[in-house]
Formats: sequence, C-alpha cells, structure tokens
Amino acid sequence: MSGLSPGFKRFHRSDDPRLPPGQFVADGFPVLSAGPTPVIDLQRWRFTVTDAHGDRRQWTWDEYQRLPQEDVRKDIHCVTRWSKFDTAWRGVSLDVLLHGADTDAGYAMVESVGGYTTNVPLADITGGKAWVVHEYDGRPLTAEHGGPARMLIPHLYFWKSAKWVSGVRLMEHDQQGFWEALGYHDYGDPWREQRYWGD
Amino acid sequence: MTGAWLRARLVDRFPETASARTLVFAVPSWPGHLAGQHVDVRLTADDGYQAVRSYSLSAPADGESAVQISVQPVPDGEVSPYLAEALPVGADVQVRGPLGGWFVWRPQWRDPVMLVAGGSGVAPLMAMLRAREEASGPAPFRLVYSLRDPAQRWFAPDLDRMEADQTGARVAYVYTRRPPEGFPRPAGRLGASDLDAAGWRPGDRPWCYVCGPTAFVEHAANLLVGLGHDQARIRTERFG
Repeated sequence: MSGLSPGFKRFHRSDDPRLPPGQFVADGFPVLSAGPTPVIDLQRWRFTVTDAHGDRRQWTWDEYQRLPQEDVRKDIHCVTRWSKFDTAWRGVSLDVLLHGADTDAGYAMVESVGGYTTNVPLADITGGKAWVVHEYDGRPLTAEHGGPARMLIPHLYFWKSAKWVSGVRLMEHDQQGFWEALGYHDYGDPWREQRYWGD
Repeated sequence: MTGAWLRARLVDRFPETASARTLVFAVPSWPGHLAGQHVDVRLTADDGYQAVRSYSLSAPADGESAVQISVQPVPDGEVSPYLAEALPVGADVQVRGPLGGWFVWRPQWRDPVMLVAGGSGVAPLMAMLRAREEASGPAPFRLVYSLRDPAQRWFAPDLDRMEADQTGARVAYVYTRRPPEGFPRPAGRLGASDLDAAGWRPGDRPWCYVCGPTAFVEHAANLLVGLGHDQARIRTERFG
C-alpha cells in the first residue's frame, strides 16, 4: 500500500459530520495559551473598539453587562486537533459592540490583556458570527479559559477566540497577530484545515 | 515555512522508562529546528485512514537523524502505543514541521534560563538543555523537574551527565508521590519554595519555560508570578 506505518489501524471511528478533517472529539476542555493566566480586576476591565481612524468607543464591565446578551451554543475546534460539540456561552454579539462604528475597514485585530493579538477579516466577526462571552456552561468564565471575558469566533480555529479580550482594532489592511506571525494560518478555517502557513 | 509532509524513517527507539520510548527518525530533507519546537507525525493505515498528533522535539537535529521525539503511551490511545511499541524500526511515517515559534530557546541567548517540567513536559525542555550543551552556550540553566517517582524519570543519563559536568546546567527534582530513598524533600506537589530554592530569583531576570499537563502549568506559572517573576518572560506549553 502506501508503505507507511505498517500495522497501524484506525482505533476511533467518528463519522460525525460535525467533526472537521483531522480533528478528534475532546473529553474535557483543554487549555492552550502562551504564558501565565492574567488576573483581571473587573473594576478596571474595559472593552475598546478602535476604528481605522483611531476613534475609540469603550465599555466598562457594568456597561458591557447591560448590553443585550445572547445565549449561543456552538461547536469549537482547536488547531491542536481537539473539537468540542455544543459548547454553551453567554455574551454580547460583536454586531452590538461594532454598531455605530465606522466599519469601512476590512480587517480587525482582536487584542487581549498581556499583548496577545489575533487578526480576522471584519466580515468574520459581523453578521452574527462572533461574541464577547463571559459565561461558559451557565457559570462565569474562569480565568484559565479566558475570563472574565473572551472572544468567541466558533467558525474559525479556536486560537482566534482570544482569551482575556480587551478590544478590537479595525484596520484598512490585514496584519498578522501573535500566532499568525509564528507560523499559524492567517485565516484558520477548520473545514479547510488551515492550520499553518501554506495550508 | 511549515512545508510539506516528509517521509521519516524510524532508525532507533530506546526506553526512557518502563513504558516511555524515545524515537529517532531520519528525515533527509528536514529544514532544521529550534529547541522547544514540535512536529506533526502522520500515520496511515492500509485503508487510507490517517491520524496526526503533535510531539515536542526532544533533541537538536543530529545530521540525518533529524527528528527525535519521546512518547508516553496513553492507554487505549490510537497513536502513542503504536509509536512506542509497534512501529518497526526501518519503517516510515510522515512528519511535518518544525512547528511553533514561541516556546523556543536560541543558543545565542545569554540570559539565565529557568525550566519547569511536569512529567513528560520535560521533552521540549530537554531539547533546550541539549541545544545549550551542543553550542557550549554560556546561558546558565536551572531545571526543576516534577515527577511522580524515580522510575518516571526521562533522559536520566543526559541529565546526570549535565549535572556532573558542572557547566552551568543544574537539575532539581520534585517527587510528587514517592521520592528515592534518602531524598531530603518529602513527596508533595511543586511549591513556591521549590522554585525559589532551585531556580533563579526574579532579580536574575531569567527566561522561564514551563511545560506539562494543563493543571501543572497553570499552577507552576502562577507560582512564578507570585514569586515576582516578570509575566512577559514566562512562556508556557500545555499538554492536553
């Protein structure tokens, strides 16, 4: 046959159509991050939208909590190959947070406490595709999973769903975020297995 | 950078513990890698089914024997028991990499380095220790290695030799279940005092690399921050 890995046999069979290529279903909820988990004081928490002209709109934690909240149930897919089905989140749609901002720019940089960034086309965080979430499974989001609030962009690999999110900066031209500059794919579509540069 | 899938021939496999194995693959067109990077390994069954897993590279490239990984077989695992026990020496798999550009150390860096390993998380940290030794690098290293008991110790000959050579790499062990006879520290979870006693102080401005299971990494990174280490100089890699 291929002459590769003689005697290797499939162990786990998953024909679940919700599973993208090269993924397996995770039992737990693994964590992936580049450094220590930051401690974030809710009194000092801010979410900031900066448009391509540098104009800023900002919410405190209380103001963010008073925005219209949505419950969302989505499958999530990590580039490290685990997927998790039907994860339940609560938070605010990016459509709400971007409402009234000048959204002529085509790209967005998602920014987090600690300097982590990830880039996405603006079209991928508008139109009901992305949220800033603060609850997971009916409970406040824990710090190690990105609490008090993280981005949720479930149709892209999960590194795009930045933990400890602090804002979105709109950009005329695409720029690479943290992992994207370190070899990970610019867009990250799990259904096209866009894991790394060149995929 | 990531490139295509490359054929990799298993040229050697040797034990690290009763169950863990180190595998050495010859990969003729391997582009080289940095200490701390990982590799995707792809297995193909006769029916065409493929499975891919990521493994940390545990050593620098050595000529054509470019890719070395160390595998702890997971009970009922699809890939790890095959790699550790079944893949015949001389047979091929496919690899892709190197991957990851964050959890890396370069031999020309001179700052002190603090490595904190939980169990099999020692693998990429061993690659850093070996890269340092190979380059005769001046950066002083400390490794704090947390493991269940002495029988779980990976890379024992190399770690013992580096200690004995006294070239600036030192190792402290934290046994969580059963220490060796006569070991001064009782069994127990990694604590701030273990990192403080064995490692660098925040004033030394070390680069800290923490690798292991998620809960261990969370715990160890929080201890480092609590001791006053600069968050921006702590890099983490979590398994599972």
